[in-house]
Amino acid sequence: MIYQDSKTLLEVRGLRATVNGVEILKGLDFTVKSGEVHAIMGPNGSGKSTFAKVLAGHTAYEVTAGSVLFEGKNLLDLAPEERARAGVFLAFQYPIEIPGVANSQFLRLTYNTVQAQRGQEELDPLEFDDFVREKMKLLEMSPDFLGRSVNEGFSGGEKKRNEILQMALLDPRLAILDETDSGLDIDALRIVSQGVNQLANRENAIVLVTHYQRLLNYIVPDFVHVMEAGRIIKTGDKSLALELETRGYDWVAAEHQAAMAVAA
Amino acid sequence: MSAVTSMRRPAAGYIETLLAGQPQMRASPLSWINTLRAQAVRSLDVLKVPTLRDEEWRFTDLSPLTGLSFQPVRSATALRAADIEQFYLEEATTRLVFVDGVYAPQLSTTLADDSVMVANLSSAGAAQAATIEPHLGRHAAFGDNVFAALNTALLQDVAVIVVPRNVTLTAPLHLLFVATQAEVASHPRCLLVAEPNSSVTLIEDYVALQDTAYFVNPVTEIALADQAHVKHIRIQRDSAKAFHIADCAVSLERSSNYQSVSVALGAKISRYNLNVRLAEGAECVVDGLALIADSQLADTHTSIDHTQPNGVSRQLHKCIVGGSAHAVFNGKIMVRQGAQRTDSVQSSRNLLLTSKAQVNTKPQLEIFADDVKCAHGATIGQLDSDEVFYLKSRGLSDSVARNLLTYAFGAEIIERIPVASLKHRLELKMLEQTGSLP
Repeated sequence: MIYQDSKTLLEVRGLRATVNGVEILKGLDFTVKSGEVHAIMGPNGSGKSTFAKVLAGHTAYEVTAGSVLFEGKNLLDLAPEERARAGVFLAFQYPIEIPGVANSQFLRLTYNTVQAQRGQEELDPLEFDDFVREKMKLLEMSPDFLGRSVNEGFSGGEKKRNEILQMALLDPRLAILDETDSGLDIDALRIVSQGVNQLANRENAIVLVTHYQRLLNYIVPDFVHVMEAGRIIKTGDKSLALELETRGYDWVAAEHQAAMAVAA
Repeated sequence: MSAVTSMRRPAAGYIETLLAGQPQMRASPLSWINTLRAQAVRSLDVLKVPTLRDEEWRFTDLSPLTGLSFQPVRSATALRAADIEQFYLEEATTRLVFVDGVYAPQLSTTLADDSVMVANLSSAGAAQAATIEPHLGRHAAFGDNVFAALNTALLQDVAVIVVPRNVTLTAPLHLLFVATQAEVASHPRCLLVAEPNSSVTLIEDYVALQDTAYFVNPVTEIALADQAHVKHIRIQRDSAKAFHIADCAVSLERSSNYQSVSVALGAKISRYNLNVRLAEGAECVVDGLALIADSQLADTHTSIDHTQPNGVSRQLHKCIVGGSAHAVFNGKIMVRQGAQRTDSVQSSRNLLLTSKAQVNTKPQLEIFADDVKCAHGATIGQLDSDEVFYLKSRGLSDSVARNLLTYAFGAEIIERIPVASLKHRLELKMLEQTGSLP
């Protein structure tokens, strides 16, 4: 939702980043205000997932130019765990499995770590159990998932629900969902989307990285951005996603090139 | 007996010292035991302690062991239950305790009725002795193994388990080997005979009460008759100064099933030889974990020998190596001519935590049949950076993230232990060793 009095949460200017010496992000500009929902779409290889990982601080990516301010602070100065504690959350496209570590143990460890950093109350196992079960209802998750090892043997949909459960627990200011819709059937997509919608409020913001317009029927974006070759080349409202669904991406790139030619 | 001859043998001082007590051993009332000892003593006439020049020992330098002089146990330490209660497992009500290799009846709870036997060899009646004779010393070959020969030459107390036909023992059996004295050598011995269609879970557990140097040289033999099921859990948590050189021979008859989890945590130098031989339609799952640090060395040599058709073997061996420790894994899978339709999967996975840690792994397939399904693989690596990133992105610090992943790597093996209290204890031990979780 767009609010008149909202604050700027994220401000990205001229961001360039490389992986193994290859430049993936080539001067990206992007601004997010509190309360907003943004969708970043674009063809494979356009740099969407790279952008998500750079925001979360993945060390495989080297930022070579530009700036990223999060609530006015230089996000690039912070280690990934400091970004998480500051309120940046990335829901992974491929969440990892941690055999031998109970999901409940892991969730409580991350929750308490972040709570402690924010100077807020930590929960003992019993208190946490009550707390997490409430959050799980939001995602129609069975309490069985607490006793199982983290993501081990979870289906694709169950892993994504577990990601959104972590989002619910860590209560981020900025949540980046990297292809959270991939691999979800219609029911799981609806449940995950409802969960995300309930977590959205006027203090936080959500960035959806997705290939498909389908997700945007459930989580309605305020802005839709098209990414191409490491930059955002077009921004519109939710109707842009529908147009992309019918016309593909080529026309956006062509339009962008024409505009650049005129400018030159 | 030929013990006297062996004592005259020149340039074999090390073995002589270890055999020092042998001529004084009282003769067993079972004449075949005396014959077995004598055969082992004769083998020792020609056997030498292996060096790095022996292919099977090329990564494991025993000179720290041979440089020390270990004595036979002169007098058994008198322990009270309170000294060792910490090692008891609530599921295992039947427990045999050996202190520095010497059977401790006052600490043990035996199981002996008309047919089942869980007791020291000395309490075997005539019928039981007849059951034991075709197995004891027949599976663990000592003709080419100096340590197995030493153990057999000094064979005295033996943990004997006989599970009769069609009997299922639901509670696990606990063999607890406690080291108490410094600078002694002990030679624990176990025999498990699982008769047709029987089922049993055995825990072989090596612990220490003090952080001292000693030498423990166990030999275990496990014989599974047709359709028998044996679960075998082996925990080596000796002192960090100890030397542990062990041999285990498992023989599976038709359609029997053997599952083992062996965990090596302790000892300065440890070696575990596991030899599994499968007859037709037999199945084995052989899993292992070595979790070592500082300057420890843990060497695991396994051999899985498919001698007849339709055998199945699964093996996952993991090493977590910190400090300047050194892990060795040599896993041989043999598929003999005629062992058609063998199905075998072996995997060696190794995690190096520091730049000084070292692993030598060698999966080895030898296949002489043409209709088989065999897969094997080995990986050596550090923690996956994507996995570390995942945990850090949830707010965990770099060290907590790494410790948690190290723990998880080992937990995959620990989770396969079918005794809850032991599993839980090892999980805690691993948490402590990997510094994970508050």
